[in-house]
Amino acid sequence: SVLLKDTKLLDVKLGQLPTWLAMRDFTPGGIAGALRRGYDRYYNKYINVKKGGLAGVSMVLAGYVVVSYIWSYSHI
Amino acid sequence: VLHSTRLLHTSQQCSAPVPPLPEKGGEVRHGLIPEEFFQFLYPKTGVTGPYMLGTGLLLYLLSKEIYVVNHETVASACILAVIIYAVKKFGSDVAAFADKLNEEKVASALAVKNEAIKDLETAIEQEKKEQWRAEGHSFLFDAKRNNVAMLLETNYRERLMTVYSEVKKRLDYQVAMQNLKRQKEQDHMIQWVEKSVVQSITPQQQKESIAKCILDLKALSRSAQAAA
Repeated sequence: SVLLKDTKLLDVKLGQLPTWLAMRDFTPGGIAGALRRGYDRYYNKYINVKKGGLAGVSMVLAGYVVVSYIWSYSHI
Repeated sequence: VLHSTRLLHTSQQCSAPVPPLPEKGGEVRHGLIPEEFFQFLYPKTGVTGPYMLGTGLLLYLLSKEIYVVNHETVASACILAVIIYAVKKFGSDVAAFADKLNEEKVASALAVKNEAIKDLETAIEQEKKEQWRAEGHSFLFDAKRNNVAMLLETNYRERLMTVYSEVKKRLDYQVAMQNLKRQKEQDHMIQWVEKSVVQSITPQQQKESIAKCILDLKALSRSAQAAA
């Protein structure tokens, strides 16, 4: 029904994954657009609400902790 | 080439009125893992699946020394304990305070909107009043027209009166002139007749008339004595 280019990641079959990845937009504008879309999704789901909680911020901080642990693993 | 027939708005999107914010954010369990993850694993592993996954992952990381236990572990454990205690104790109070701030913001915006609506309604009423006043202008103009007509009429009648009195004065003068002339003629004629009569009475006639008068008087006195 829809082209492979327009399917969402969770709807892509495992065998089609490399093709799908190749079809993504890897120009700087495309990457910036993807980052903006990701940010907007997270922001509108967890932060831009009437009664937001600690979870919205704490998930970002936990992710930061994990990433910094991964980056500094070789220095332990 | 100017596409003058192309529509400007190609999508149905419309930014007003802005849809309201969702009440609550996405569900998150233990403050760290979104609920979607638990729902994702529920069909295959039931309720305990994600927790078993978490435990297995933790043991794997510890045993393979991917996560190293050193002094930082103790420090992070203490910090985490303090954070969790603080959140559990003061979480609801902070949430209530933040909600109050939000409420105030919304209330002030709503107050501005209501003010604007009220001002516009007052303006509408004023406008209606002005329209009603404008209708009354016709009466005002009728009254003014009546006033002007009255003034004209009064002026006309005054002038008519002046004309009448002037003409009457002139006619009265003519009449007075004629009367005076006739009277003067009469007086003069009477005087002239008297003067001529007196002149015509000679002394002889005077003496005869006096004697006659005396005789008449004597006769009258005799007849009066006889009657008495």
